[in-house]
Amino acid sequence: MQPLTGSFKRSLASGRTLNSAFRYLHSQTPSNNPNTQKTTSFGFQTVPEDAKEGLVKNVFDSVASKYDLMNDATSLGVHRLWKDQFVADLKPGRNGPLRCLDVAGGTGDIALRILDYAREKYADRETTVEIVDINAQMLNEGYRRFKQTMYHNTPQVSFHEGNAQELSEKFADNSYDLYTIAFGIRNCTSVPAVLSEAYRVLKPGGTFACLEFSRVNNPVLSTLYDQYSFSIIPLLGTILAGDRTSYQYLVESIRKFPPQPEFAQMIRDAGFRTGTDVDGGAWTDLWGGVACIHTGVKL
Amino acid sequence: MSILACCRTHGLPFFKKTSKAPCTPFLRSINSASTPVYPGHIPLTSFENAFLAVGSGLMSLSDPYRGDMISALGETTAGPALPRLRDAMLQSPEGRRILKDRPRINTKTVDLNALSKLSEGTFGRTYVSWLERTGVTPDTREPVRYIDDPELAYVMQRYRECHDFYHAINNFSVNRESELAVKFFEFANLGLPLAAFSALFGPLTMNAKKRHRLYSEYVPWALRCGSRARCLITVYWEERWEQQTVDMKKEFGLWDAPPARWPKAKQTQTGHDVD
Repeated sequence: MQPLTGSFKRSLASGRTLNSAFRYLHSQTPSNNPNTQKTTSFGFQTVPEDAKEGLVKNVFDSVASKYDLMNDATSLGVHRLWKDQFVADLKPGRNGPLRCLDVAGGTGDIALRILDYAREKYADRETTVEIVDINAQMLNEGYRRFKQTMYHNTPQVSFHEGNAQELSEKFADNSYDLYTIAFGIRNCTSVPAVLSEAYRVLKPGGTFACLEFSRVNNPVLSTLYDQYSFSIIPLLGTILAGDRTSYQYLVESIRKFPPQPEFAQMIRDAGFRTGTDVDGGAWTDLWGGVACIHTGVKL
Repeated sequence: MSILACCRTHGLPFFKKTSKAPCTPFLRSINSASTPVYPGHIPLTSFENAFLAVGSGLMSLSDPYRGDMISALGETTAGPALPRLRDAMLQSPEGRRILKDRPRINTKTVDLNALSKLSEGTFGRTYVSWLERTGVTPDTREPVRYIDDPELAYVMQRYRECHDFYHAINNFSVNRESELAVKFFEFANLGLPLAAFSALFGPLTMNAKKRHRLYSEYVPWALRCGSRARCLITVYWEERWEQQTVDMKKEFGLWDAPPARWPKAKQTQTGHDVD
């Protein structure tokens, strides 16, 4: 099996970021029976399952320092509106202080919004958010960002390095009111594993909320979106961050993620209760489906 | 080699019109991935090419340390200059040998140790001394990515790798004035738009005294010498390590540049005053 073509391997924007990833990939000892080795997608490439985590880690190590800048540049600032709506729809703090778990929360965008919303709307200073991310560089960026806020060194925020598919025992069963994961779940190797961990740690009555890029069904919008994603975004990555390959991966991974009804079904398969499979039910499309908020409740 | 090139080799009629690249699409095709034609190639549509040209231009101005952006600017704006250079190479026997062999210049292909043992005054020795004085290494040139034709991509790569030779043979340092002088020289000699951009925008960040010196001393020399000299892309430098630099300069039609200012810390080999 040749998961990565030579030309892809060599088309590295700066020759530094994914080189180590591919060396890591090729140092994996081949399984005894290559036909049964499980594979998954890494953008449009097919890679062995156990390799994906390392490859994604390298992507995020590379993008971490310019993550927020690139988010603003590639989405023209719109990601802020999406995240604002995501948190506003959840109304954290309305029914008292919450214990939140923000997974793949790296740079802290969602955590900060949750804490600010609870504080501003409900005068709630007891809500806590624990930020979990598999990538230490991203967590560092988040920690640095939080130092500029009033939540630094308070029990309201804490940072943990961890894998969404296998949260450590310190994240106990049935202990969180709210689990959020924004723009992170498509980078995980096994989405069902993430969902079942989410189910485990949420209290009965707790909410699962996921903000993610999704399928655009409108053909006109979809064509424009595709052109923008595959033409402009990798170039912005080249120009602003000197890294085309990471952004190429990011736009490809969006296309590989299951569309809204399928993902809603996966959420139900994990045990959550969702709304009906329509826009406005189990999910809410933002900007025609460019982004989408999926929610579920643990009964 | 293309049929056209074969015609040239055998002295058949030379067509003035340079070969035109196939039409690049305007929009990117999402479902069928465009295939790279050489390692590291990133095919761009004409819109993307323009976008990258503008973007890399702005980025190069705002952050001159982004070498990859300067390279990208050069590649996206090369336009007809590269076919013209390739045709110049095809017209000279030395240039044709270069296109056939496609030699690369880096520490693996050039034995710097052997060159340093050559006698004083040879080009090889001049080059190695220049590398030592400036602290430059031939290994830091960006690979070409955005040129679609593999032969033109090689011409671009060759230009990038030979840039240091233009410094060395004219005894220029790598400070801003010297770089700009070489860029003016390159523009006159090779005609690449990137050289023109650097020449236009580079001096803006210099102080007035240095700028005056550049325009009064170096630029006249660069433009006159560059335009009268032989097109240096046709020079097979690797065949000439043992030649005397002085003889080479005569052969190419180069004459001495105004003395370049070298950084204080380094003493020149010929004992020039370093001011």
